[in-house]
Amino acid sequence: MTTPGRRWRAFKNGFAITLCGVAVLVALAPLLSVLWLVVKNGAPALGLDFLTKLPAPVGESGGGVGNAILGTLAIVSLACAIGLPIGIGAGVFLAERGDGKFGGAVRFTAEVLSGVPSIVVGIVAYGLVVLPMKRFSALAGAVALALLMVPPLARSTEELVRLVPRALREGALALGVPAWKTSLFIVLRTARPGLITAALLAIGRAAGETAPLLFTALNNQYWNVRPDQPTASLTVQIFNYAISPYEEWRQKAWACALTLLLLIGFLSLGARFLARSPGEAR
Amino acid sequence: MTAAPKIRIEKLNAYFGAHRAVRDVELDIPALGVVAVIGPSGCGKSTFVRCLNRMHELLPGARAEGRVLIDGQEVYGPGVDPVQLRRRVGMVFQRPNPFPAMSIFDNVAAGLVLNRLPGDRAAIVEKSLRQAALWDEVKDRLKENPTRLSGGQQQRLCIARALAVEPEVLLLDEPASALDPIATAKIEELIHELRERYTIVIVTHNMQQAARVSDRTAFFYMGELIEYDTTEHIFTNPSIKQTEDYVTGRFG
Repeated sequence: MTTPGRRWRAFKNGFAITLCGVAVLVALAPLLSVLWLVVKNGAPALGLDFLTKLPAPVGESGGGVGNAILGTLAIVSLACAIGLPIGIGAGVFLAERGDGKFGGAVRFTAEVLSGVPSIVVGIVAYGLVVLPMKRFSALAGAVALALLMVPPLARSTEELVRLVPRALREGALALGVPAWKTSLFIVLRTARPGLITAALLAIGRAAGETAPLLFTALNNQYWNVRPDQPTASLTVQIFNYAISPYEEWRQKAWACALTLLLLIGFLSLGARFLARSPGEAR
Repeated sequence: MTAAPKIRIEKLNAYFGAHRAVRDVELDIPALGVVAVIGPSGCGKSTFVRCLNRMHELLPGARAEGRVLIDGQEVYGPGVDPVQLRRRVGMVFQRPNPFPAMSIFDNVAAGLVLNRLPGDRAAIVEKSLRQAALWDEVKDRLKENPTRLSGGQQQRLCIARALAVEPEVLLLDEPASALDPIATAKIEELIHELRERYTIVIVTHNMQQAARVSDRTAFFYMGELIEYDTTEHIFTNPSIKQTEDYVTGRFG
């Protein structure tokens, strides 16, 4: 049956779907162009030397950013060690005991902190860690990144924990499992896939930060594994190379960017692979 | 009743805020065998059994008053740890609630692992699954996710999970209401086997089910215990008119 009403409805339907499709394309365009530019400009400089060697001194060609890769990994790992337990713990607290005034205050604080510019967080870490220690260090950088990770992680953990059905909690409690173990081993475990996504988002964001690292971890031209020493990072290296007057360095900045993207990409894939529930469809 | 009751309930009242959902209930539940709790929706039968393992008080605004004695020990006494109590009084819920993030094996072992109970876990898991009449169906897929099981299998898994911590009492809160007739029949068969080892209290809105599985039946209406007697008596010759109206299907 083709009445005018039906055709008008079909037209509206098609129009709405087209609009959605256009929105998808508009959203994807910058993302794809970023990917394309980074790969196009970064790939030529990428090689084994680049990934494993120390930076070459000014005026010499060659060299790599091995120390910056290691540094980024070290700073981000330290930041995770500090930030993930605090963020997830705070989120669980908000979900299970956060209905009172105190919970409301914590939630409000987390929301405000989520919006604080990262350079402000960097200067806080500078005051908290760098000044007392009297030196720039990986630890200071990690504290800055952890401060950035905690608020959004706490809020998303809260949402995820609240999504776990009450029936599962009751099932565990009815077995005589204490409430704290139920939260930790049943509720968090059930929310784990979502938590991993939330944690990866927080980690990815933190790993991509430059501003808070500039005056906390600073930089380092050499290999460093000590958390109390200035440490190189990919993001700061990108910054230094990109503003340099040398063509080779600017190309290295692109390669650093590509390395950072790949690093975060592999991290996401790896974490998802490790975190699958038993017997889950694969 | 000749022997001492397994569970004695005296003047039990349960509240949701100001609403009194269970009113002055008194009854004795004998050791071993099955007691069915029947009544129309909202009559307080679920709330009543949730008072027996202190699950009721976990809901926001909920509290219970009165005495519940299990083997003569106060359930609501000072210093009683509800966590310890719940290991003795297991519970299976209306909707199957296996832990989706764990394998079938880990679901059954969950109570043992999380409570750090001693014993050979593999042996206990197998025994519990056999008791729940599920072993043959899952023995080759213990590492699989429980969400792949059918609803009836999931519910038997939950029964196995409850049995693994070796409770003395098993509370079944409408365990078959979300299942199809075949799965329901399996659960009922299972109750028949478990009655020899456990004291079972089953809440059901299905009167035929109560008649099939239980030795004694309690009829609840509007939060009050109207009549409590042998199942045969309740279904063939109830003493109270309200009970008769309900079991003959005149209301509810």
